[in-house]
Amino acid sequence: MLGGIAVSVLLIAIFFSLLLSSRSALVANGFRFLTGATWDPVTDTFQSLPFVIGTLLTSLVALVIATVLSLALGVLMGEYFRSGLFAGIMRTAVELLAGIPSVVYGFIGLFFFVPAVRVIQTAIGAPPYGVGIFTSALLLAFMILPYSASIGREMISLVPADLKEAALSLGATPSETIWKVTLPYARSGILGGVLLSLGRALGETMAVTMVIGNSNSLTFDILGPGNTMASVIANEFSEASSNVYLGSLIEIALLLFVISTLINIAGKIVVNRMAAV
Amino acid sequence: MKLSRIAVLALVLCAAAALGFGQSIELVGAGATFPAPFYTKLFDEYNKQFGVKVNYQAIGSGGGQTQLKNKTVDFGASDVVVTDENAKSFPMPFLSIPMVAGSVVITYNLPGSPELKLTPDIVADIFLGTIKKWNDGRIVALNPSVKLPNTAMTVVHRSDGSGTTAVFSDYLAKVSADWKTRVGVGQSLNWPVGVGGKGNPGVAGLVKQLPGGVGYVELIYALQNNMPYALLKNKSGAFIKASLASTSEAANVTIPVDVTKVSLTDSDAAAGYPISTFTWLLVYAEQNYDNRPKAKVEAMMKMIWWMTHEGQQYAEVLSYAKLPKAVVDKAEAILRAVTYGGAPVLK
Repeated sequence: MLGGIAVSVLLIAIFFSLLLSSRSALVANGFRFLTGATWDPVTDTFQSLPFVIGTLLTSLVALVIATVLSLALGVLMGEYFRSGLFAGIMRTAVELLAGIPSVVYGFIGLFFFVPAVRVIQTAIGAPPYGVGIFTSALLLAFMILPYSASIGREMISLVPADLKEAALSLGATPSETIWKVTLPYARSGILGGVLLSLGRALGETMAVTMVIGNSNSLTFDILGPGNTMASVIANEFSEASSNVYLGSLIEIALLLFVISTLINIAGKIVVNRMAAV
Repeated sequence: MKLSRIAVLALVLCAAAALGFGQSIELVGAGATFPAPFYTKLFDEYNKQFGVKVNYQAIGSGGGQTQLKNKTVDFGASDVVVTDENAKSFPMPFLSIPMVAGSVVITYNLPGSPELKLTPDIVADIFLGTIKKWNDGRIVALNPSVKLPNTAMTVVHRSDGSGTTAVFSDYLAKVSADWKTRVGVGQSLNWPVGVGGKGNPGVAGLVKQLPGGVGYVELIYALQNNMPYALLKNKSGAFIKASLASTSEAANVTIPVDVTKVSLTDSDAAAGYPISTFTWLLVYAEQNYDNRPKAKVEAMMKMIWWMTHEGQQYAEVLSYAKLPKAVVDKAEAILRAVTYGGAPVLK
């Protein structure tokens, strides 16, 4: 009870301290902060659209990749290897992924994913940056995998055995049982896990900064360099000299806070609705 | 009565011991990362010789200015001179003291790491995105002996705000009107092209990884990592290779009365490398604020004096360029202007 109150108070306090610290920027930037695409510290023009788009693109692409992977892992661990040595090893491995510091992920991204993406880019004739939105998304997918896969496995192993046995006894093949009985039953739980992990993808800073290319112009090119809200703050905060500049970075933090909250609420609504079906 | 008198006496003795006899003065400074290895070495040497401890936090030039503004440090450090506009937001007048010089080089990733010659307008056009290929006619004409590939250029810049970017953009704005109007000068810029890397290591790493990559890093960093860097045409028309000597040489110009107005970028010096800069320590002109003990102020000023004189011997070992004699003279004048309660701290 006390903890609950403390957390709510803290959350509100964070919101208001962000609001307070960014008030000069809120006034100076106006509404253009949300709609404009220019980020120019030289002329004190601060508009956040490139970072918002960058954040949403990396997170959503990561989400798609992570969903596919975590479904596969969830079925493997929840259906085929529920216990035994291999299951134990696999479960520990997935859980260990969650404990790796994000700067280490950044290095893995820099040394393995960047060259790999560069090979793809060269093959399809895109500029061979290696770094970029897709590389970040790939990295993020692996970073959020432990969360979504653990919940997915948990949900799949919770599917009542009589349901599956009934399907099998009616002549369904094992794969039909998984696709038509197990997965639909566990759907809301799996989706919930994925949406929970989206929170980490939205706010992830260090690893993304290392591989996204940090280009502050508006882009929808998934293979090209971009930037996210969290990484622009990490990059520019320490050297932001003018008050408006500093305030604008805090305004980005405020916006990220609002977006994360909205996505979390939307996620809850989706999960509730699917659970009701 | 007697007891309280003894207590007071004891207290006074303790205070005296803490101030005078303990002699454990500790100074706090914060700011620029570029000279941090040099400062760390100097503070360490000074502590060994004179027993004054300095805690220096390399949080960046902007951070150094802010910390001094908030009076949380004894001195700040910055790679860039505080702009007149920004200086207004400081609570009191402060002084900038030049400490050491450094330069910024243009490094690239080309097969065989050839030594290229570049002119100011080519550099500006590369970073503006106008020159897109390595076998561009203008680069080929300047480097007839180098076989330049038909590779696309990938510009790499700093993603974090930095004094290095400020110096580099200051240079580009001087040599290119286009750069001045389209991009401008600052620690963070709205880059027309390219990808960003965090810090010198980030830029160097990306340049090394990207075939056809081109970026700018501090000279020390290029030297330590054996990266190729371009010879640059200076104002007098000579192609200069960046080195400690040619960086110091860039300061071989008439030093204005206000040394903070000196700019080493695009220097008039015939043998000077054109993208050079001083890095600065910032202290308040009047040191008697916030009940700062006089002993502490004296220790700090003596140390800064030492840094601009004896301390300079450590510069070249660590790949920094020493202050030229004319600049040391200016630094002396600035240091003598620092006061405590109206009286100069250094005689």
